[in-house]
Amino acid sequence: MITFILRKLGVLLPTFFGVTLIAFVFIRLLPGDPVLLMAGERGMTEERHARLMKEFGFDRPILVQYGSYLKQIAGGDLGKSIITRRPVIEEFMTLFPATAELSLCAIFLAVLFGLPAGIIAAVRRGSVFDHTVMGTALTGYSMPIFWWGLLLIILFSGILRWTPVSGRISLLFFFEPVTGFMLIDSLLSGEKGAFLSAVRHMILPSIVLSTIPMAVIARQTRSAMLEVLGEDYVRTAKAKGLGPGRVIGLHALRNALIPVVTVIGLQVGVLFAGAILTETIFSWPGIGKWMVDSISRRDYPSVQGGLLLIAAIVMSVNLFVDLLYGLINPQIRHTD
Amino acid sequence: MTDTVAENTEKLDTRQGGRIALLKEFWSYFTENRGAVMGLIFFIAVILVAIFADVLAPHAPNQQYRDAFLQPPFWEEGGSTAFILGTDAVGRDILSRLIHGSRYSLFIGCIVVSIALSVGILLGVTAGYFRGRVDTIIMRLMDIFLAFPSLLLALVLVAILGPSLTNAMIAIAIVQQPHYVRLTRAAVMSEMSRDYVTAARVIGVKRLRLMFVTILPNCMAPLIVQAALSFSSAILDAAALGFLGLGAQPPTPEWGTMLAEAREFILRAWWVVTFPGLAILTTVVAINLMGDGLRDALDPKLKRS
Amino acid sequence: MKYSGKLWTLLCAVALILMCALPVSAKTLVYCSEGSPEGFNPALYTAGTTFDASSRALFNKLAEFERGTTKIVPALAESWEISSDGLVYTFNLRKGVKFHTLKDFTPTRDFNADDVLFSFMRQLDKNHPFHKVTPGAYEYFEGMSMPDLLKEIVKVDDYTVKFVLTRPEAPMIANLAMDFASIFSKEQADMLMKAGTPEKIDLHPAGTGPFQLVAYQKDAVIRYKAHPDYWAGKAPIDNLVFAITPDASVRYQKLKAGECHVMPYPNPADLEAMKTDKEINLLSQEGLNVGYLAYNTMMAPFDNPKVRKALNMAINKQAILDAVFQGAGKVAKNPIPPTIWSYNDDIVDDPYDPEGAKKMLAEAGLQNLSMKIWAMPVQRPYNPNARRMAEVIQADFEKIGVKAEIVSYEWGEYLKRSKDKDRDGAVLLGWTGDNGDPDNFLAVLLGCDGVGGSNRANFCHDEFEALIQKAKRVSDPAERTNLYKQAQVVFKEQAPWATIAHSIVFEPVRKEVVDYRIDPFGGHIFYGVDLK
Repeated sequence: MITFILRKLGVLLPTFFGVTLIAFVFIRLLPGDPVLLMAGERGMTEERHARLMKEFGFDRPILVQYGSYLKQIAGGDLGKSIITRRPVIEEFMTLFPATAELSLCAIFLAVLFGLPAGIIAAVRRGSVFDHTVMGTALTGYSMPIFWWGLLLIILFSGILRWTPVSGRISLLFFFEPVTGFMLIDSLLSGEKGAFLSAVRHMILPSIVLSTIPMAVIARQTRSAMLEVLGEDYVRTAKAKGLGPGRVIGLHALRNALIPVVTVIGLQVGVLFAGAILTETIFSWPGIGKWMVDSISRRDYPSVQGGLLLIAAIVMSVNLFVDLLYGLINPQIRHTD
Repeated sequence: MTDTVAENTEKLDTRQGGRIALLKEFWSYFTENRGAVMGLIFFIAVILVAIFADVLAPHAPNQQYRDAFLQPPFWEEGGSTAFILGTDAVGRDILSRLIHGSRYSLFIGCIVVSIALSVGILLGVTAGYFRGRVDTIIMRLMDIFLAFPSLLLALVLVAILGPSLTNAMIAIAIVQQPHYVRLTRAAVMSEMSRDYVTAARVIGVKRLRLMFVTILPNCMAPLIVQAALSFSSAILDAAALGFLGLGAQPPTPEWGTMLAEAREFILRAWWVVTFPGLAILTTVVAINLMGDGLRDALDPKLKRS
Repeated sequence: MKYSGKLWTLLCAVALILMCALPVSAKTLVYCSEGSPEGFNPALYTAGTTFDASSRALFNKLAEFERGTTKIVPALAESWEISSDGLVYTFNLRKGVKFHTLKDFTPTRDFNADDVLFSFMRQLDKNHPFHKVTPGAYEYFEGMSMPDLLKEIVKVDDYTVKFVLTRPEAPMIANLAMDFASIFSKEQADMLMKAGTPEKIDLHPAGTGPFQLVAYQKDAVIRYKAHPDYWAGKAPIDNLVFAITPDASVRYQKLKAGECHVMPYPNPADLEAMKTDKEINLLSQEGLNVGYLAYNTMMAPFDNPKVRKALNMAINKQAILDAVFQGAGKVAKNPIPPTIWSYNDDIVDDPYDPEGAKKMLAEAGLQNLSMKIWAMPVQRPYNPNARRMAEVIQADFEKIGVKAEIVSYEWGEYLKRSKDKDRDGAVLLGWTGDNGDPDNFLAVLLGCDGVGGSNRANFCHDEFEALIQKAKRVSDPAERTNLYKQAQVVFKEQAPWATIAHSIVFEPVRKEVVDYRIDPFGGHIFYGVDLK
């Protein structure tokens, strides 16, 4: 097992190195520069432009910049945002909990509904329920979620006025963030109604973000279950006269869950991509929106730092899933 | 697609008869799946609409009717049958724009899949065939790409290349091709140990021919399924980029771009928002239905279980 | 998914119950702002969003614009004298002005000349200990050429400060009323320097303004409370909250739901609904801006005024107002907006006349003209949708046989490339006034100094230049007015731009808001606003 972990890590480190290179080089290829954007319509003289570029350290050869950047990140420093002039890591940490909370809620919803739907669909294969679930899942899987979000806003916030339009909590509540997770902080604050307000704000964004993972999980669970239900040992169990509940619950489900867990793990990247759109639509103060803003403002250090941290998170989760998988299924440790 | 030696030798000399039989088998599996057939029919309809857009569309897609800004669909009050699905903010007919937009979506799908597929196959076959250092380098490179969420990477790429339809397609293709590389590599590796490959080697088939003529055709099944799925996700991603203002640029009647332009009207003119999204959704659903059918037909194991 | 259907009903039911249980707070005004401020030091940034959150709430300047007008009134300076040669400005400072008391800073003295010197010297003197505390540039300070203009700033006594200029500058007081000239506390700066955290001066500054900063959560919310000892009297509201909401339709929904009281930049598409909404007052005012299409007057055939005139006649401005501004604009005939003094209302705009335009082009010997139209990639007050505007103009030009291609670049690139003297094509751009002076439009955008820079038309016309240079030096307002009026006549003859529109600024506020006034400079100011 240890060699397995080491081997995985051995692959991960050069990959991460590549990620830093890509994050850095890509950003430098962006046309336009932050200094120009700062001046706006007013514009500035060539000399002043050159002077400012120098002040920000953008005038040195790219390789030199990259070298010093690597040294910086080795020391845990991702530089300072050009726009807000604050450390990138600080900005990331203040916004990350919002994205994490939204993603966790979305995954929770996705598993809560996707998993049972998939299991029941597999067990009652060919039934109306099966067809409905698969049809819904296919639609969810094909959904342009930015449009879906708009539709939900029109319906639930616009026409019915059931849910708030945007933000994380009603502005009437004010407390210092402790964990950064609004659902937890609102409980800790002890303010009456704060938690419920946070929940209300969470409903639409998490539904939108959970749409695709939910569909994927339902589909995967169903096909994994079907596969397992066809295996000999399940047939034997059935033949031995075990009740259907036991067969499904004990034997089939346990084995079917392995690929499903992997799929859930792989949704992290999907969630980040979805978060970009969801956060844009719901004005959710998280990482996705921050990245889009930073790209459009050519805030080099923020985009670089954000790319790195997001890639690091995706890679760690993938590693974790790999390890988990290796733990459950020893065979995998010995193949590539 | 069974493992018997007899069939493998048949694969080796790729007789026409074998191909046709395989196709027939595939078709009968495919048509068993009603959803897939419906998807196929809808998809063909979309293709026809795209081809005959000029004939079908009642108006030119960019023609602005200055006296008909934001007219609702014909069944709503204030609508007229001249503009069946209403008009947008500068008085362009939405139906005509949707009809012409189908061209862009299909075009995006085709181009993205062709680029991603060809690059992916090239790299994947190379990695799977040669193994060793070449393999490591290619796969590490793909790992790096896969470490970024796809839309984020596409976003950065488009920002670098400049926002346009072409660049959005390039970005999406780049983001998608690692999946093809992985699939191809895995399939090639599993084929490499088969007897027919060894046999071909023994009779002295040249390396390139071995890679692309002997082995590759037997790896196509998963790739075809992947192609169908990535066709639909290319349409979705391009629409998402368009929505964020980084895809096709106005006045191109691309569906995602139409949505982005329509966003400011969500409270006032529901039709500008609803129809482009519906067009995206139905097209993508149809393609995914087809993709599911393809997968089931090409991988009968799952079907039979 | 039957199950999810059930959950939805459940969730919706819960939501409905919650709606009824919202607490109400009396004197908290919520403003749905459109974005996060870049920071809280207005001198470092240029965005209006940043000014709203910093200079317009936290700080005062020596002189300020009266709320809702472009009139200059005394603020931290009670009065001032200008020497007869126009080179020395002497300010008499207000006494008894208190700075904010923050968690880690309690002011021990009132505002005085040291604070004025600190605030300006920090920007002027490259060796000032605070000059580089926050990396970056003092954009407006340099943009308004303060480093060249200011010879020295002298503290005469604790309540008298003298600004000595290198040349007469008629709009000087107006410049000092701008956001970059906000006055910081030197005492706080000294304290922070001693504590080794000088950069905090730009994160959580103590000002003298009507509100003080309580908390800021990026991309979510800024909270202020009224400054209890404000020199002009405590603000009528107790708390001010900026709810950061980038999407205009979302802002509108929040306004309707009562989640905020005031919102900026509504979607033109929503204006109709806002007008009829009983809970909302829709305020409007002409903006201090102009949107234009600048030809490159150095490039053939656009060096010929006749060609430019002809193209101007081909543009159907009313159609642009309908399609792009949705009524939130006014056709522009002059390069300065009508809210600025010296606006020449006698000028007659070019008629919309495609036939006449065709004829004029033919007279100029032009056939099959093809050109480029540059469309900005961003939304600006003077042009809410440059793409759409370019499309309308493209269609108009086609009617007179001119083929136009629309090009666009990323905003930074756009600004850079459009300055190029050899630029191919006409550029859509615009300008929002900084200090309400005509010089800020005519000299900056059309003067010879700006060629290859902010003068996108590369327009350098002797007669025009002589007029605006003279107007910069004389201080008699009547004479200046006259000179600028003449300059506008020359502009109209020469037609370096197609002047397209001035925006009309709309600001929906809820009925319970009392005495909110639109700021002609595009700011959002909440001192003096009350809630019913």
